[in-house]
Amino acid sequence: MNFDDLIGHIGQHTVDGLSKGAIYALIALGYTLVYGVLRLINFAHSEVFMVGTFAVLGLWTAFGVENNPPIGEAVLMLVLGLIVAAVASGGTALAIERIAYRPLRRKNAPPLIFLITAIGLSLVLVEIFGLVLPDLLGSVIPSMFGRPRQIVGMPTIIEQQTLFTIGNTSITNVQMIVLAAAVIMMAILDWFINRTRYGRGVRAVAQNPETAALMGVNQERVIMLIFVLGGIMAGAAALLWSMRFGFTQNSIGFVLGLKAFTAAVLGGIGNLRGALLGGLFLGVVEVYGATLFSSQWEDVIAFVVLVVVLMFRPTGLLGESLGRARA
Amino acid sequence: MTDKNRKAEVRRAGPVERIGDRWRALPRWQRALGFAAMIVFLYYLPLLGIPGLTWLRTDSIAGGANWAGVLFTCAVYVMVAIGLNVVIGLAGLLDLGYIGFFAIGAYSVALFGSVNSPVVKYLQRQFDLPETWAVTWAVCAFLALVLTMISGVILGWPTLRLRGDYLAIVTLGFGEIIRIVARNAEGLTNGPQGISAIPGPEGPPSPDNQIFGLVDVKPWYWLAITFVLVMVFAVRRLENSRVGRAWLAIREDEDAAAVMGVYPFKYKLWAFAIGAALGGLSGMLFASRYAFIDPTQFNVNTSILFVAMVVVGGSGNMLGVSLGAVLLAYLPERFREIADYRWLAFGLAMVLVMILRPQGLIPSRRRTRELKDREAQAQEAPAHV
Repeated sequence: MNFDDLIGHIGQHTVDGLSKGAIYALIALGYTLVYGVLRLINFAHSEVFMVGTFAVLGLWTAFGVENNPPIGEAVLMLVLGLIVAAVASGGTALAIERIAYRPLRRKNAPPLIFLITAIGLSLVLVEIFGLVLPDLLGSVIPSMFGRPRQIVGMPTIIEQQTLFTIGNTSITNVQMIVLAAAVIMMAILDWFINRTRYGRGVRAVAQNPETAALMGVNQERVIMLIFVLGGIMAGAAALLWSMRFGFTQNSIGFVLGLKAFTAAVLGGIGNLRGALLGGLFLGVVEVYGATLFSSQWEDVIAFVVLVVVLMFRPTGLLGESLGRARA
Repeated sequence: MTDKNRKAEVRRAGPVERIGDRWRALPRWQRALGFAAMIVFLYYLPLLGIPGLTWLRTDSIAGGANWAGVLFTCAVYVMVAIGLNVVIGLAGLLDLGYIGFFAIGAYSVALFGSVNSPVVKYLQRQFDLPETWAVTWAVCAFLALVLTMISGVILGWPTLRLRGDYLAIVTLGFGEIIRIVARNAEGLTNGPQGISAIPGPEGPPSPDNQIFGLVDVKPWYWLAITFVLVMVFAVRRLENSRVGRAWLAIREDEDAAAVMGVYPFKYKLWAFAIGAALGGLSGMLFASRYAFIDPTQFNVNTSILFVAMVVVGGSGNMLGVSLGAVLLAYLPERFREIADYRWLAFGLAMVLVMILRPQGLIPSRRRTRELKDREAQAQEAPAHV
């Protein structure tokens, strides 16, 4: 128990936690959107994120990005990365919906069947990136697929520099970008769901699918839309992850996905603002916990938080609802 | 139901169901004879030499593995599948962290039975026992049962009130926690180094062991298959008991069951505890056979493999889940060239089975009917989700 470290550097730990939680929050949005409309845990969403990181890596490899490129190139690569990751992740999410979930929805299958299908899909995606692609492309792009199932490093696109210091809390440029980007993406999504015509359709289907259908909302299109939106957010998270941590792996999605799901439940699954709050909260709790005990217990802390939340407030901090005005 | 309808029903039933019907229609003595022949064949399997069937043996191919060893793995997986079937197939609770119970079973026999474990060393110091002292295997097996049952209750108590899909995620987290604890708590579990010299029925592994040695796996297989048969018998009795009917009622409609006076939480907890105990027993046998365990053996992928065995085979049907377990354990061993691709194949199998044949390869009749009902409902009223 390392209380001195925690109390002494509380500001630093909070900032670290927030920048970590921002990525959880972006992934959590995917779970929350799908759950809000379909009442279904899209277990394969973690792999949507993983595909995004590989798309970013692929882009940077294709352009031959070196460590610490000049600022102009870095910005260009980040913008392009966002587009490529969003397309790759959104496309994966859409493909998952079309291939796996739609036939099951037609059959009115019980929720557990959806969940098992999703687990199978996520296993397939993990293995495609861990084994099939290395087998096919290992000799073509050895920097990406040279060693099956191994961690792949990425070029450092922005060097971590301390931007400013308040007390003994220093905030780096990368942390700043991650937090700002996450909040901006969230704000755009929130606006989209609450203020646009399409968003109104999403909320309508979340509230009452039959009535929405009677009012002329195309349900299938709404479902496709939420999968794509969740995928885009996961793509953004993938870009931020690549920038901040600079590595990926075929199995990276699993633990991250579980934590993002925890974040979604923590904030109230189905609630967009809840996902942001839950993500940031979980990130901070995790960093505090890791400081108190030791970083090897980090993952356990997230799961314990999940169990405790589900036991005492299963509807999360802000309550679960995509349909209500709050969302 | 009119005769015509019944015929249509029979026609709609697939070939597997028809074989099942044919079997149930046989006279009792013929079925008993069939079972006896089956059991004899199971015990004879490690010596398999029937011409025309020897290609089944995994050591018949280049670089093939020890046949009895593969059979032992299959038998342990069948035990796991039968245990998990109680939770998933009978009570309808999706448990993704079954590996956690398997690990607790394995660690119970390791921690109390091996002279190298920190727990045994601590006990030796506390009570001035000789350095060769450790808990005997039979007591360890009992401990494994009790400890996993308790852990099942501890996990189930707070989580079984949750909705089904939440339960799945929480149990997944539980499986991970057990592995991380086993890895990090070095003072208790030796951490990543693992624990060696785990005893078998004859005591700690040594060259003097007459029957249960490390080289000849046949006795281990025979032991495992005996466990399997006892478990099949016990679970079958359970299935047709008051508890089994309560599980069925809860699975089909929890609210209706509660109205009829079946307290869902109590029976779910029973399913969880019994499933956990059976998983622990399999883990215990697994650890005894290999005489060594470390935390990496209990990863999430294996846990998902367990679930795949049950759902691909046909959850709710013991023959189905056993077939699933045997297939998933045996095929990668027999076709070693594809062994690398097995996780991909498992994933694909899960997706395809769920989309095309959600009731599994050898389905339970009642499960099939439940799924058909839902499908019919969907066609009548194309509702949400």
